[in-house]
Amino acid sequence: MAEEVMLIGAKGSPFTRRVETALKMKGVQYEFMEEDVSNKSPLLLKYNPVHKKIPVLLHNGKPICESLVIIEYIDETWKGTPILPEDPYERAKARFWAKFMDDKCLQPLWKSCSSQGEEQEKAKEEACELLKILDNELKDKKFFGGDTIGLADIAANFISHWFLIIQEVTGVEVSTKDKYPKLYEWIDEFVNCSIIKENLHPKEELVAVFRGRLQAATATK
Amino acid sequence: MADEVILLDAWNSAFGMRVRVALAEKGIKYEYKEQDLGNKSPLLLKMNPIHKKVPVLIHNGKPICESAIIVQYIDEVWNDKAPLLPSDPYEKAQARFWVDYIDKKMYDVGRRVWSSKGEELEAVKKEIIQHLKLLEGELGDKPYFGGETFGFVDIGLIGFYSWFYTYETLGNFSIEAECPKLIAWAKRCMEKESVSKSLADPHKVYEFIKGIKKMLGLE
Repeated sequence: MAEEVMLIGAKGSPFTRRVETALKMKGVQYEFMEEDVSNKSPLLLKYNPVHKKIPVLLHNGKPICESLVIIEYIDETWKGTPILPEDPYERAKARFWAKFMDDKCLQPLWKSCSSQGEEQEKAKEEACELLKILDNELKDKKFFGGDTIGLADIAANFISHWFLIIQEVTGVEVSTKDKYPKLYEWIDEFVNCSIIKENLHPKEELVAVFRGRLQAATATK
Repeated sequence: MADEVILLDAWNSAFGMRVRVALAEKGIKYEYKEQDLGNKSPLLLKMNPIHKKVPVLIHNGKPICESAIIVQYIDEVWNDKAPLLPSDPYEKAQARFWVDYIDKKMYDVGRRVWSSKGEELEAVKKEIIQHLKLLEGELGDKPYFGGETFGFVDIGLIGFYSWFYTYETLGNFSIEAECPKLIAWAKRCMEKESVSKSLADPHKVYEFIKGIKKMLGLE
């Protein structure tokens, strides 16, 4: 039976990109449906009624939501390059760091560049602490997953790509090679992995997406 | 070689209760170490330096943090009985989705219930009802979230049942009136020894929160 795999996402979204990375690691053929998140489609609202967010993976018509949940589903459904390790303790560590990225890092990193005044100062401080934690975690490893990329590395994709671009676009400097040497080494290794390199968004596209988001963020104040 | 299993936890933590229930379901012997979150122990700070929170499971000296992650770890290591997650990848994904929903929504509203009043409290109350109604919808007519057997999502939510009395009393509303099927589900779960022995006494939880509010001048 032919498999039907569709990914509803947005090109500029790191969460969508995570799922694409996982699908490509497994060599899964899929159809991509670009979603305009400012004008959500009936399809998105049908398949993710709870959060109404992208990405949503549709596998033979059945939806899976939340990027980290989707990645684990992909790992369990398709053979090929493993995304999570076999050992339960290593799996727990991978899940811990992936969750850490989402729960703790995203907001402060975004706010450190996009907000103003005291809110920005506070976010910058928090961002620096978080980046230090990540830098420490990488002290004796090539990737968060060890020798090869795994769930936590994929989850950290917004640091390797998006965060650097946001800093450039806003002119705010939060992370530097001197402050976080191990993290920058990881960024180099990560973006040079063939699976990542072959599928990097052109920088100009992402710059445009972020200028838009930043304008929206300051406009709502 | 005998397994050494230690749980760092706090008696009224809905997240800690998840782990207690999972360990009981699997029949795992462990040492429970109550933590004073107002005065964190060196052991807690060593085993969970990033978040400094409970619960933490220490298995043969190695720490695992974050309750949903701990429960999955327990299910994967002690995989010879009482499976907690479904075996089908799609069903597993749905279970993880709902536990993630509970993680994102219930902790936050729970905290705001006792720290707010007036209009703010009314807003939080509405949110709690909204989340519980959504979960009740997901439960449907099934005996458990997982279907016929008690599983990951049931474990994910049941600890909050011990906090319902606190939410109801502070918010002046009845969860049973709003979500009768959910309460029926909770009572069904409480018939299991693994649950009834792991949950905190709802009245004790309320007294504790009353004490906190008094101490913080939030009465």
